[in-house]
Amino acid sequence: MSTPLLELKGLSKRFGGLVAVNALSFEVHAGEVVGLLGPNGSGKTTAMNLVSGALAPSAGEVRFAGRRISGLPSHQIARLGVARTFQLVRVLGGMNCRDNVAAGLAFRPGGLHGRAAAHAAQQLLERVGLGAQAGLAASELTYIDQKRLELARALALAPKLLLLDEWLAGLNPTELQQGIALIAALRDEGMTVLMVEHVMDAVHALCSRCVVMNAGARIADGATRTVLSDPRVIEAYLGSDDDVEAAHA
Amino acid sequence: MNRGEYLAWGAGALVMALLATVPQWLDNDYYLSLLISVLMYSVLASAWALFSGPTRYVSLATVAFFGVGAYTTAVFGEALPWAAVLLIALGVGVAMALVVGLATLRLSGVYFVIFSFGLAELVKQLVTWYEVNITKDLGRYVFVDITAQDIYWQLLALLALVLGLRAWIARTRLGLALRVIGEDETVAVHVGINTTRVKVLLFTLSASFMTVAGAIMAPRWTYLDPTIAFAPAISFQTLIMALLGGAGTLFGPLLGAVPLVLLFEFLSANFPNHFAILVGLVFMLIVYAVPQGISGWLRRRKPHDGGAQ
Repeated sequence: MSTPLLELKGLSKRFGGLVAVNALSFEVHAGEVVGLLGPNGSGKTTAMNLVSGALAPSAGEVRFAGRRISGLPSHQIARLGVARTFQLVRVLGGMNCRDNVAAGLAFRPGGLHGRAAAHAAQQLLERVGLGAQAGLAASELTYIDQKRLELARALALAPKLLLLDEWLAGLNPTELQQGIALIAALRDEGMTVLMVEHVMDAVHALCSRCVVMNAGARIADGATRTVLSDPRVIEAYLGSDDDVEAAHA
Repeated sequence: MNRGEYLAWGAGALVMALLATVPQWLDNDYYLSLLISVLMYSVLASAWALFSGPTRYVSLATVAFFGVGAYTTAVFGEALPWAAVLLIALGVGVAMALVVGLATLRLSGVYFVIFSFGLAELVKQLVTWYEVNITKDLGRYVFVDITAQDIYWQLLALLALVLGLRAWIARTRLGLALRVIGEDETVAVHVGINTTRVKVLLFTLSASFMTVAGAIMAPRWTYLDPTIAFAPAISFQTLIMALLGGAGTLFGPLLGAVPLVLLFEFLSANFPNHFAILVGLVFMLIVYAVPQGISGWLRRRKPHDGGAQ
């Protein structure tokens, strides 16, 4: 059995008295698209932040390609090949789309700058469907296009692992189909993806495996179909008999 | 580089060469001293913009470095050759900026502003303490064999250097890193930018220009004490000039420095008793009327061309 690309071992994060992530362990193997699910506030985004180095864990460790990365600064983790998008989309609003992607190209190992970068940036923009907007300031894009731009910037890092934090949230049905197709194409090229996602259509279409969290801890880990019919998962999302509320669809 | 860029660099060099001939035909001490003021603030505002323009870290520490440079001249000016004095000033400025930068550039927003202001006051108080308790003499006389013409040429050379450096950095990866940091530091680290290193490097470059400018300017005063060398007004005026012109563009700081030095000169000559009040009003007017700076205002008046410069 090969070393997993990403390995979380007993990972915990405490904010004062609040335990946001509690002894979380799971693995992601190269080529997998894994969904990280759970109700709001269950610690998914905190887990993503621990992997990308935006937060340092209180206990446990993160290993990437066999190497311990927890404790490293984010810029080093990014250079090792972990790229991410943000739950609340973060584009460089004052810069044009081409330069937004150039920012992703320039600082990776063997990074590009100047003419080569402009060319590569254009290709990545075309890939996410923003080819015509290259010269437009990122702040002038619609919300959806900003999400596309963020993905192009993440891909510019030529990552081995892509972390998507609710990248498909807020899309209309047409855009959702395009978004799913885009990630499916990345998967078919062999990209490894860990995605936090509430859109169940996308989870079914893309994720071969899912890890479900509740209150900071892992409550299920397995094939998507099995996990989503697990009584504990249903209870976490829908509550027990007394407090039934609508699940995120 | 393409042809347009060669032309721009050539034109810049030509303008600098023409400016260098000014003291040879300008036979008027008053105008020369006015030009020296313009150059001093052009250097300071450009050096300020070197770091603060792209990163948007507002620093009020300008005078901490400027004053340390001036004191370097006051202390070593008589004993050592001029070039050695400038080198010592450069070394002191770099060392101080590295220490301060490593300690503080993890701060952001208003905390950095307050810290940088506190730094200038701290350095001023340290120098005052030293002079009062160790040398037993608060003031110093600056005796060096440097003429007003020399100061003019040296400041002009310094201005050419800082402008050239800014133009060069803007086209490199370092310039891109700075812009990304200014836009969003979280994104910056997640695309692999070592933000601490970039910020400390630029802060140090910026501070070294300020320190050397202080060393060059010191002979203008003849008499120096901490309230002159570390006057907070120098930091504030540098800031407002860079903001008026537009700190994000190459020539923005000059667009601010030239008119404001002339305006302040006019105000202090004609309304010496109300100078501080009038300067305060000018500050407020600038913040209200041209928050984007002159270069930002000019760009918005032009039809949108869509590209970044």
